[in-house]
Amino acid sequence: MSFSVPANLEAEIDELITHYPVKRSASLMLLHALQEHFGHISPEATQWVAKKLGLQPINVHELVTFYPMFRQSAPGKHQIKVCRTLSCALGGSHKLHEHFCTKLGLDPHAHGLQTTKDGKFSVEFVECLAGCGMAPVMMCNEDFFEGVSEKKADEILGGCK
Amino acid sequence: MADATTTEVKPAPPAIEKIKVKVDGREVEVPKLTPDWQGKLAPTTMLQACDIAKKDVPHYCYHPKLPVAGNCRMCLVEFGTPALGPDRKPVMNPDGTPKIAKSPRPAIGCATPISPGMEIYTSTPGVKQMREGVLESLLINHPLDCPICDQAGECKLQEYSVDYGQSASRFVEAKVHKPKAVDLGPRIMLDAERCILCTRCIRFTKDVAGDDALGIVNRGSYNTIATFPGLPFDNNYTLNTVDICPVGALTSKDFRFQMRVWFLKETKSVCTSCATGCNVLISSREEKIYRYTPRDNDAVNGPWMCDAGRLNYKWIQREDRLKDVLVGQASSLPVSKSGQAGSLPHYKSSWTAALSEIAEKLKQAPAGSVAIVVSACQTNEELWLISKLKAKLGAISDSVERTGDADKLLVSADKNPNTNGARLTGICFSEMGINLPKIADGIASGKIKSLIVFGEDVTKHGISAELLGKLDTLIVSDILPNATTAAAHYVLPGCAHAEKRGSFTNTKGRVQKFMQAVQPPGDARAEWDFLHDLVYNVTGKNGFLTIEGLFNEMAKDVPAFNGLTWASLSDTGVTVKI
Ligand code: SF4
Ligand code: SF4
Ligand code: FES
Ligand code: FES
Repeated sequence: MSFSVPANLEAEIDELITHYPVKRSASLMLLHALQEHFGHISPEATQWVAKKLGLQPINVHELVTFYPMFRQSAPGKHQIKVCRTLSCALGGSHKLHEHFCTKLGLDPHAHGLQTTKDGKFSVEFVECLAGCGMAPVMMCNEDFFEGVSEKKADEILGGCK
Repeated sequence: MADATTTEVKPAPPAIEKIKVKVDGREVEVPKLTPDWQGKLAPTTMLQACDIAKKDVPHYCYHPKLPVAGNCRMCLVEFGTPALGPDRKPVMNPDGTPKIAKSPRPAIGCATPISPGMEIYTSTPGVKQMREGVLESLLINHPLDCPICDQAGECKLQEYSVDYGQSASRFVEAKVHKPKAVDLGPRIMLDAERCILCTRCIRFTKDVAGDDALGIVNRGSYNTIATFPGLPFDNNYTLNTVDICPVGALTSKDFRFQMRVWFLKETKSVCTSCATGCNVLISSREEKIYRYTPRDNDAVNGPWMCDAGRLNYKWIQREDRLKDVLVGQASSLPVSKSGQAGSLPHYKSSWTAALSEIAEKLKQAPAGSVAIVVSACQTNEELWLISKLKAKLGAISDSVERTGDADKLLVSADKNPNTNGARLTGICFSEMGINLPKIADGIASGKIKSLIVFGEDVTKHGISAELLGKLDTLIVSDILPNATTAAAHYVLPGCAHAEKRGSFTNTKGRVQKFMQAVQPPGDARAEWDFLHDLVYNVTGKNGFLTIEGLFNEMAKDVPAFNGLTWASLSDTGVTVKI
């Protein structure tokens, strides 16, 4: 198997586990750490976490599939997250999401995260990004954008290299 | 049965305090503590109290032999407890009865302990409304595919829908679709749309079978029972999840789409695949067996059984079953010593002719010239009848050991269903099989001239086809053809346990009876039935023509069974000292 966790990350993870009275409670922190490093949680990563914590793979798989923030496949290089909670929904986030999808050749009605074939972009809905006053709000990787019009959206896409 | 040796060895029941509660206005006395799923005493719950009061409380996730999960909310009831005044003393009504403070909220019956003086209400309009609400919510995304669902007819969703369901759905939105016909493991199919997420299957495999293989993946209305991708649900107990799944979500690949359950006849029987002797129900229709399901017996298997035992029934209805009484040519013609050892040409005979011929031969056999090998798959009654024959003929006898792997839950390493029966009737010794080499030597030396075999292929156990060829008389009763039946002078077609009545003594000494589910094929006859004729012909002693009479006679004769009667075995058996 090609999956291996670098020694320094593993040391960090071992330290993380010590924060919890029950090993199992560290599951989420381990998943975050691995996703940060690998970009997504592969089945091998799930098995690795299960083994580390003395669990069965299904126990960890339940978490990975429960939380939308965990990705089970590699996301695009640029991750576009459109807020769909109330203010943004009223402020036109569904139209914005649809705009991105049509622009990038993705299905605007599909459930969950979608990635373009070239692996360059991912588009998904997320819940409140805490910028409700300036709806619609979105993020592109770690950058935050408020009051995103379609024009602004095109600029954001254009800025992705 | 008062005989001390025949009653279950139980620890003295600890005195459990009883408390009084009222269920729908009727006072009942219930134990304060009740055994939980592991048999440990735990506070009695409202649901258990209602059960004692014979008030049905519908429930999905609760199962007496699983940890309580409390997730389905179907068992919601209303209740009240005696009101206490500021002085912590009970407040009384003007008529002197304690005043009940009704709880403003309902509670789930399966997880709420009772307390003295508690009143439980299971049939108020509020409770009815709650049940209707829970059911309506469970049915929101349900596919309603009862016409093609295997569970139909034994489905809790159907049953409670009749009681509390709406005749039409108010749900106009699109239903969420989930995976159907998911291959969960080699024996189990999942229809995720039918699942009500009660987690019985998860708890069973984790807490009872010890294989934490199932979980709920995804979120909200997409919740689905699943295994980790690539790790099939495959332990020796998976089919129990099909039994406990209250709906048609988990189905047995073996039984799927084979038969509507309401056509099935259920017969109380016992599994014969190992010495544990799990109690089963055989479901059959028109002389065809469709499935085994476990039958509750806390002294043996609880509500479970293993997959291997459950699926080991196909051989019973194999095409090549022995169906005719056969006589080998060699019995009427001189044995051709030059002929190839092994197979004799057989012709069809009748029971009367064959049995009287055999009786004549055995009567003339000099003492010590007969050997008997009887399978420990035969019933107590059959083994006992053969032991009578053995005594009369001064024969040497034995059984054949059959061993395999055991597990922690049910499976026994002894794969014979009636090892203890063979020992107690004196057919074999505690070390089974030690006489087999002696029998082989006896045949080789010419001392043993006749061999009687029941249910074993002795060529696989040290008595080769060559040796069999040396015998003057080889009498074999079996169910399926094998090298021993091929060499026999007399082939007497016998019955599988599903085709006869009788009893086995399991590994712990529990004597358990089983009933007949289907008819044997062709001329095949229950061994006890023709053995009775044979023993009568040979010994001149009359036996009993019914299984009841035969059992009772045996119980008088075999010390370990003293005091037992067929009737006293009831459906779940009696443990004797072994
Ligand atoms: S598959 Fe059956 S037993 Fe398992 S959670 Fe669903 S309804 Fe319950
Ligand atoms: S444990 Fe033994 S008796 Fe029970 S079902 Fe399995 S094989 Fe049959
Ligand atoms: S609703 Fe979109 S940022 Fe809060
Ligand atoms: S049976 Fe009580 S909540 Fe399911």
